[in-house]
Amino acid sequence: MVLLDGSRLVVESLARAGADVFVGYPITPANLLYSYSMRRLPSALAAPDEITAAQWLCGFAATGLLPISATSFPGFALMLESLNMACMMELPLVVVLAQRLGPATGSATAGADGDLLLLQGAISGGFPLPVIAINSLEDCWNQPPLALALAAKLRTPVVLLSAKEMLMTQFSFELDSLPRIEPVPRRGDSGRRPHEPYAAGPDLVPDFLPVGNHEAQVRLNASTHDAGGIIQHLAPPALENTARLELKLLANLAEFTRFVLDEEAGADTVVVAWSVTASAAREAVASLRSRGRKVSLLLPNTLLPVPEDYLRILARYRRVVIAEENFSGHLRRILFGRAGRNGVVGVNALGRMVTPEEIAAAVDSDD
Amino acid sequence: MTDSDFLKPGSLPFCAGCGHHLVARNTARALARLSLDPLDVVLVTDIGCHGIVDRFFLTHTVHGLHGRAAALGAGIAAGLGRGKVIVFMGDGGASIGIQHLVECASRNFPLSVVVHNNMLYGMTGGQPSAMTPCGFRTAVMPGGKVEPGYDLCRIIHAAGAENVRRISGAGDFSEELAEAFAVPGFSLVEVVESCPSYGIRHNPGRKPADIARDAGLEFGVWQNPGRPVARLSPRADCQSLLELERLTVNWSSPLRGRFSVLVAGSAGGRVQQAAEALARAAVSTGLNASKKGAYPVTVGTGYSAAELILSSEPILHTGVVQPDAAVVVSADGLNYAGKVVQRMAAGQLVIDDGLELPPTGARVWRRPFQKLAGVKDAALLALLFLLRCNPVIPTAALLAAAKSGRGTDLFALLERLDEVRDSAIS
Repeated sequence: MVLLDGSRLVVESLARAGADVFVGYPITPANLLYSYSMRRLPSALAAPDEITAAQWLCGFAATGLLPISATSFPGFALMLESLNMACMMELPLVVVLAQRLGPATGSATAGADGDLLLLQGAISGGFPLPVIAINSLEDCWNQPPLALALAAKLRTPVVLLSAKEMLMTQFSFELDSLPRIEPVPRRGDSGRRPHEPYAAGPDLVPDFLPVGNHEAQVRLNASTHDAGGIIQHLAPPALENTARLELKLLANLAEFTRFVLDEEAGADTVVVAWSVTASAAREAVASLRSRGRKVSLLLPNTLLPVPEDYLRILARYRRVVIAEENFSGHLRRILFGRAGRNGVVGVNALGRMVTPEEIAAAVDSDD
Repeated sequence: MTDSDFLKPGSLPFCAGCGHHLVARNTARALARLSLDPLDVVLVTDIGCHGIVDRFFLTHTVHGLHGRAAALGAGIAAGLGRGKVIVFMGDGGASIGIQHLVECASRNFPLSVVVHNNMLYGMTGGQPSAMTPCGFRTAVMPGGKVEPGYDLCRIIHAAGAENVRRISGAGDFSEELAEAFAVPGFSLVEVVESCPSYGIRHNPGRKPADIARDAGLEFGVWQNPGRPVARLSPRADCQSLLELERLTVNWSSPLRGRFSVLVAGSAGGRVQQAAEALARAAVSTGLNASKKGAYPVTVGTGYSAAELILSSEPILHTGVVQPDAAVVVSADGLNYAGKVVQRMAAGQLVIDDGLELPPTGARVWRRPFQKLAGVKDAALLALLFLLRCNPVIPTAALLAAAKSGRGTDLFALLERLDEVRDSAIS
């Protein structure tokens, strides 16, 4: 048994999964991720600002490395244009987003899960930015390789979403229970010549050749471009290429869909929670069941794009209780829109954690 | 190699008379002079008219964001570890991304930046950039810019660039470019040229080089001594972060269920260390533990607090609304924890006797922790005292976890506390 924080597991997991380089800029509550990465990753650089950090990430990715960074909303906001560039250039990288209470600077040392709606619209045009959530201490170990594999296979930036509570709290933890982590596969070159950097195969993802290679010319482009990486304004091949950025994620989403579904026979209510509220939801469901209340539990890791599995699961339930540590009900809005649906209930908290008792009360309120 | 190995023959997509033609053609000539293979070269272009030249170059090309090409190029150059990275940007991009240029110079990233300085933003309609000289007229400033423009070369030289030069973008300047490209570390070439659509129209009869000179911008070369270049050099000796002290079970605990503690003191009072020691001690009795710190953003002043959960069951939710015990050892700590203490309807409050006692439903113990143990050990002593009052784990377990090598005999102090009854000791 050891005493450790989630940041330690996240960085060690990313390192074992094959992250090559960390680029950091100090920001609370991502500072533990920064300091651990400086010690653990094969290479690590301290950037002078967030935009530089994001551009370096993209530059490293263009050379075939798998780069990572860690930030919180204020830094993430400054990285956003560069992450759009990574999306457009199809560069694999992972940003660990340590959520804290906003808006703006907000309260740097207060927890929150308030960035999901931002992430849903982070890429101009509404294109998806894949988001993998950490819902438990075990997830700090298990989800980083998924995020890195998704980035590498689909050539995309990925957000690994967590929060201050998970990344900075120390827990007693049994290390011997951790499964082994293997390096994630890298996207390679099929050998087709001439090389077209954005000519996609059956999985809608292009092969990858790094810039600077001696085999074939590579053109990367953040502007609207065709399969050859040439700016084409509104030419149909270029627009088809842009549309492919969304289609490739949807086409491969099933491979990267992870969630915990604990269904109880006869239950007409399901509790849904993510990030730090997932633990409260587990306690609430255990408590409810201990007194005979039938209830199911869904803890989604793959948050964006939204897997259709979730919609199918939730459609089976008369009541859906969605608990999350934000004021607006981000996941609730993403799943059900502002119109909502009969039987959908939000349990939310601003500036504090949602408690198991609040979730249980929301489930009971229908009785 | 010839320049046509780097740049496709034929016309370029620039306006007639635009200086960008000559920059592109001289760049190709310079690369041919250096006998580089086209696939040794990565051309990174910024946003601006110059950036549409990508398709004509036969090197690798990367077309990025406005102002960010130098930072993107730095990542590529450092990641590659070989070859030649050249960044094209305009004076507008250099203005937006000057931080990136300063950083490239300071770290000595191995790349060369060619700044197409036509003294305005051409693609967007002729707005002034930070490098537009005083008096230069643009479409949106027909009376001329009032402020002086940046002397980019001086700034980047001061930042430590190995080689910086300002040249006039007329004729064959491939030799100057080749000299800059041959620099192992960071080099920057500012090419002074003109925009026929907006610059010449609004400043008729003035030559770009004369405008620059009139603005006090010198032409020449500025150098700094060579330094190691910034490339990634992966470490082979990265040690696992999981090489942690294994906590063994050496004691036992009577606790069944969950016991939460709020400990609050001041920054510098080793509150976090004391709380972590309690968490370790709990684990050494077979319990599970969680500990989270709370402090203001100015970590060296004000309160320092920690919430602990000790539990015989796995800990999931780490929130503590009402602690089972509160330990307060300083005024800062009381300011932080006062409201929680007031809300406590039961449980225990262990508080320094120098503090005003807030109304509370908790059972109270007041002791002179600060007087006995000093600022740095008051929190630990108070936690020990809490365990004496409520032995959820043995005090010996906490003493062992704290590894008290402080020269302070905390156990003896604990014994003295037993003799004290709600008054200051003499």
